[in-house]
Parts: sequence; structure tokens; C-alpha cells
Amino acid sequence: MIKVEDLSFCYSQKGQQHWVLKDISFAVKTKESCAIIGPSGCGKSSLLFLLAGLLQPVQGKVQIAEKSRCGTILQNFGLFPWKTVYENVALGLVLQKVNKREAKPQVEQIIEEMGLSAFAQYYPGQLSGGMQQRVALARALVIRPDILLMDEPLSSLDALTRERLQNLILNVWQEKEVIPVVVTHSIEEAVFLGLQIIVLGSAPGRIIERVDNKEAGQVGYRQSSLFFQRCNMLRSALTEECNVC
Amino acid sequence: MFAKRDILLAAILLLCEWEIAALLLHSMALPQPWEVLADFGGKLLTGKIVDDIIISGLRALAGVALGAATAIPLGLLIGNEPLLQRRISPFIYLLYPIPHVVLLPLVIILFGIGNLSKIVMIALIIFFQILVTTRDAAKDIHQNYLYSLQTLGATKWQLYCHVIVPATLPKILTAMRISIGTAVAILFFVESFATTKGLGYIIMDSWGRANYVALYSGITGMALLGFTLYLLLDRMERYLCPWNHIE
Repeated sequence: MIKVEDLSFCYSQKGQQHWVLKDISFAVKTKESCAIIGPSGCGKSSLLFLLAGLLQPVQGKVQIAEKSRCGTILQNFGLFPWKTVYENVALGLVLQKVNKREAKPQVEQIIEEMGLSAFAQYYPGQLSGGMQQRVALARALVIRPDILLMDEPLSSLDALTRERLQNLILNVWQEKEVIPVVVTHSIEEAVFLGLQIIVLGSAPGRIIERVDNKEAGQVGYRQSSLFFQRCNMLRSALTEECNVC
Repeated sequence: MFAKRDILLAAILLLCEWEIAALLLHSMALPQPWEVLADFGGKLLTGKIVDDIIISGLRALAGVALGAATAIPLGLLIGNEPLLQRRISPFIYLLYPIPHVVLLPLVIILFGIGNLSKIVMIALIIFFQILVTTRDAAKDIHQNYLYSLQTLGATKWQLYCHVIVPATLPKILTAMRISIGTAVAILFFVESFATTKGLGYIIMDSWGRANYVALYSGITGMALLGFTLYLLLDRMERYLCPWNHIE
């Protein structure tokens, strides 16, 4: 479970404080998913970095259930060009000092689940965007995380690949019982993946809307009229926010 | 990447241009290439020049190795540790533009007239070239690479092993390839006095005796030495950075 309370974050530049996030509070329970959406520069990525522990809050706190493991997928996947697909995926286990013989079947299994067995010895530069995304997902999942933090994971992909991978993330959420937290600028993606949708406004980033989207992940939801209604609702909220900016 | 055939063609073209220039100038100072190649080949076969090539090669290699072994770790640390960057970068800023070759008398006083001063001189000059490139390469590493590893729980040492070293390696090796040219140039300079061995000595000695064919043999040896070291680093880069050469 993730609990964020009165979270604020700012950068200091030339003695001046620039507030990126102000008074953010929300919670995501086990077996739930969360999508964070907002205009560019509203602090979505900073919020994810705070959840991942890469940044420290100025005020407030992030509470994550004890012994929870976080898998993270950053923008442009963060794959290492100098490591093969196998080495990239195995990295989490290597860092945890799991011995090679023990790690091998786990790595091979997750590579197979992602349909990448034939490409295990390829470098990321030899793969398409969709395949690189699957490698990033495999790398995040190999450590058996309880929480999967994703920063615009599908932004650079074409529409068809994006849809296929959204289904893959959905399967991971439902089958592996991880809590996915997706930062995205795609309204459809947020409605498709987030049981809870948090809409951020900008300058500074703050919550302007919370949407309870309990139909997310259900069969046929993407084609339902409710899906389009929710998308339109989010679109109006974001448009209004952008007009105010 | 160009093919071996292209390199061979370029070499033949250079020899042709040399031959034409020699025929046109008709000067003792520019012998024909076949005369030089025959002299150089003869000396190689009889072993007259082999010792000098080996000695010069070892001096250059030792200089490059010493320079790289000190500059690479320091460059990586300065590029990644903000405190070190603030403290050491001003010194690099002040010391880098100095023509270090003028320090030769000082180096000889400190390290004697033997091999050590020659090696230190080469190392000193290429040290700054490799240091600056390594530092800049380490500073330019995309933050996402570091974040990706930190989210997996990496320690500082693991960050260096899995990200910082491999991310900077291609640029370090490029800096080393460039520094090979400098190392061979400095080699000629340091071998032009206080020694009776090495290709630099052969060139200066032949010049003094107005034996231009022998002088060109020395130059050919020096050129081959530089080319061989360059080739060695090129192969090393292909072996150590295979991701840089994927089709």
C-alpha cells in the first residue's frame, strides 16, 4: 500500500524556491492501480521520483508498506545500451547479489513471458520501441515487485503497440498482484489503467480532480460508453486547467 | 566503417604521391619510397632496427598506460562527485592550457635521463587530454541511467561498475586513440637527446649524418608504430564496446 500525505517538493535556484508540487495527498491500496495525469510540467515525473525515493520531499511524507519492493520504468525505458536484453533484465537480481545459477531460470522465465526469448542476446539498440518497453517491464518485474512505478512508459510508441502493451500492463497488474502507478499524459491510457485517476494541475502541481474509475481492467471497458464519458470528463478538467494557465 | 581494401588503396595512393613528388623535386632530402622501403625492410630482416622499434613501442605504451591509469579514475570521480568537481576543476582549468612539453627539463631533473623521464613526459602530456574527456563524458551521462540503477537499489560501487564506466568507455577509448598521435610525437621529442636507442634517436642521428634514406626509415618506423598502436586501440574498442558496432 502507498500513502502520500501533504507532499510538497521544490527546487532551489539562485536562492529562490520553485514549488513543483504542493500538498499532494492520496493512497493506493493493495490490488489497486493508480494513474497520474496532468499537463506538461505539472510535476508528474517529480511525484513518481518521490514515490521511488529518488527525490526527498520538502514537506509531507510518502509511506510505503514495509518490505515492499518497487520496480520502476522511467521515461525512454532507461535500458542500458551496453547490456544485452538478458543482462538488462538480470540486473535487479545481480544487484541483490542473487547467485547466477539461481537467477538464470527467473530471468529466462520473465524474458519468455515477455516473448523475448529469441532476442535475449540482442542489445537494446537492435530492438523496436515496443520490444524495448517489454525489456524494461521484464527488468522491473524480475525482482517480483509489490509496486510498479511507470513514468510515461508508452509515450514513444505507435498506437497499435501502445494498445498491446497497455493490455500487457493490465495482465501484469491482475496476474502478479502488483500495484501499478502510471504517470501518463494520455487520457485514454489513464482511464484504461487506473482504478484511481489523479489529475494534477500545474504551477505548482496540485491535485485538481480525483476520479474513482472502478471499471478499469474489466473486459470490454475500452469499448464502453462509460470509458468515453470518463475520457471526456478528464479532457474537460485538463482543458479548463490549461485555460487557467 | 571502411574496408581493409580502402586502407590498402589509400596507402598505395600515398606511396604514388610520394614517388611523384620525389621524381619532380629530385632532391636528396626526398628519396624515392622504394629506396626507403628497401632500407627499412633490410634493417627489419637483419634486426638492426627491431630493438629501436621495441624500445620506442614500450616507452610509448608505458607512457599511455601510466597517463590513462591516472587520468581515467580521476576523470570519472571528478565527473560524478560534485565536491571533487568544485575543488579540482579549477586546477585543471589552469593547468590544461599550459604547453606541458616545456616541463621537460624539470622532468629530467626529477626522474633522470633514463627511460623513466621519457615515460613520465608522455604520460604527463596525454594525462590532461584523457582526464578532460573522461570528466566531460562522466558529466554527460543521462540522469535516467543513474536513476534506473538507483531504483534497483544499487550501491555507489555498483553505479560505477554498471553505468558510469561502460557509459564513458567509448569516449575514453576515443580520447586514448587521439592521444596515441600525441604520444608518438612526444616520443620523437624525448628520444632526440640523451639516448642512443629508439626511433627518435635514429631519425636525429641520420639527420646529423645527412643519411636521408635512413632518416626516412626511422620516420617509417615511427609511422608504423603509431599506426599499430592506433590499430590496437581500435580493436580494443571493438572488443570492449560491441554495442557501439551493432548493424
